[in-house]
Amino acid sequence: MAAPIIEIEGLTKDYPSGFWRKRWKRSLDHLTLHVEDGEVFGFLGPNGAGKTTTLKLLMGLIFPTEGTARVRGRSIDDVSMHREIGYLPEHPYFYDYLTARELLDYYARFSEFSAAERHARVEKFLKRVGLGSAANVQLRKFSKGMLQRAGIAQAILHDPKVVFLDEPMSGLDPVGRREVRDIILELKNEGKTVFFSTHILSDAEMLCDRVGVLVGGKLQGVGPPREMVPVEVHSIEIVFELPDGRELPQRMAAQSTSIGGRYRLSVPEEDVYAVVDQLRIAQARILSMTQVRPTLEDYFIRLVGQERAATHEAEVALR
Amino acid sequence: MNTLPGTVAVNTFREAVRDRVLYNLIFFALLMIGAAILVGQISIGIDRMVIINLGLSAISLIGLVMAIFIGVSLVSKEIEKRTLYSLLARPIHRWQFLAGKYAGLLLTLLVNTVFMAIGLAAALFYVGRPFVRGDATIVVAIYFILLELALVTALALLFSCYSSPMLSTLFTLGVYITGVFAQDIRRAGEISQSVAVEFVTRAIYYLVPNFHNFNVIAAAAHGEGVPFALIWQNTLYTAVYVTLVLLGATAVFSGRDLK
Repeated sequence: MAAPIIEIEGLTKDYPSGFWRKRWKRSLDHLTLHVEDGEVFGFLGPNGAGKTTTLKLLMGLIFPTEGTARVRGRSIDDVSMHREIGYLPEHPYFYDYLTARELLDYYARFSEFSAAERHARVEKFLKRVGLGSAANVQLRKFSKGMLQRAGIAQAILHDPKVVFLDEPMSGLDPVGRREVRDIILELKNEGKTVFFSTHILSDAEMLCDRVGVLVGGKLQGVGPPREMVPVEVHSIEIVFELPDGRELPQRMAAQSTSIGGRYRLSVPEEDVYAVVDQLRIAQARILSMTQVRPTLEDYFIRLVGQERAATHEAEVALR
Repeated sequence: MNTLPGTVAVNTFREAVRDRVLYNLIFFALLMIGAAILVGQISIGIDRMVIINLGLSAISLIGLVMAIFIGVSLVSKEIEKRTLYSLLARPIHRWQFLAGKYAGLLLTLLVNTVFMAIGLAAALFYVGRPFVRGDATIVVAIYFILLELALVTALALLFSCYSSPMLSTLFTLGVYITGVFAQDIRRAGEISQSVAVEFVTRAIYYLVPNFHNFNVIAAAAHGEGVPFALIWQNTLYTAVYVTLVLLGATAVFSGRDLK
């Protein structure tokens, strides 16, 4: 079996806080994680969970308190590792006195391309991220979405094997988010490994082969999005309409919600046949019946809630 | 400059040009034109001295202001604006980034100084004075100003690796002023008759760059020569001092977390 493309072993980061009396705040706590070749891996967590800290550690922008990491077998301390990776920082800022074309040309110079290939790549990636018509506009005139696209272009223009994206959909409108999703899927189809952090769970569910959930600096779970949540069905949701003059039994009416003449009723799986019988008697027209399973969002919110409760208990105990 | 520091240097120079840093040349040109016209009217026989004095002092002062104020933000601006994040994710060592930033500002200062020197030559030409052999000292004075700027830029870069632009400005200015008066400080220690004071002043003398040796503006204005030994001594001194300061900056910056 091939070695994982990203190997993170016990990565820990403490930040000092306080001026006179130095205290240490743990931002990332012994993170161990492996990402396989060609995977799209989603790194989920609420704000302040340690996602950006992890990416900065992998990029060599900050240094670990403990632990190690390797990308394609090379230590994160090894600068040559950076030849094979691309990185989009969170809320990317670039030299705003440069045009988009100059920016990509600048970054392309850090890879060993000939002048002709460099120019060709710059033009290709400007078009790929939809900035062809804005190539000669200075970045200080770019919208947030355009900057994000320029950021993605600089992250992938040297054909990296592994692409790290920190909140790539953050602040984008639905069209922009769709475009970024498409780019991530294209990268996957090209056989690249994509590691991206996000707190937009629907994007993660849609794109990722596996996700890891980080809360309070600790990894809470890793796996395919569908396997992260229990498979058992919570309930069945029935949507139906009633003919004029017909009414629901009182108990059922109390349990259902009605919007625009349509009723929505959530019932335990074992009660479904009994409820359907009652609806038949009431001559209801059943429009849909859907299994309700816990979503990744439910799982995520439960983990965050548990972590916050634990933190609160610890604070109370300290007082 | 097809190396990684070269790429960073060219971009640093481009930033200075696009930020209209070289607009100071217009101020210098106006100063020189005004001085040439005024001196032609009010001075008899000392026009050469006045214009050389004024021109070289302006070249030095403008260069110093640029070296300090751009130098102190070379690194901190990249961290603050987070432009450094996507750059250091490339296969570039931190020392290469620092070397590139340093070389880029030096290139900016060189271009700026060369244009100002041309302006000074034009002003001298305007007052109708033929160029003589003694004018070689003007070239040496300009060379020494460039060496001085190389030292100040290295210091500003070192301070900008670990402190805010405001503190870095204060530190750089402090070291510069101490360096200008380094010889006087040492003499003061010698006449103090206190072993401790003499030790401290001597330590300051050896630690800070001795900028006094770089000022030959008066000699240039009076058409006096400069010993050849001083030229190579200053060159060697600058090379060694700048190397040590840049190594210090690399040591500080290489271990710094970019929060």
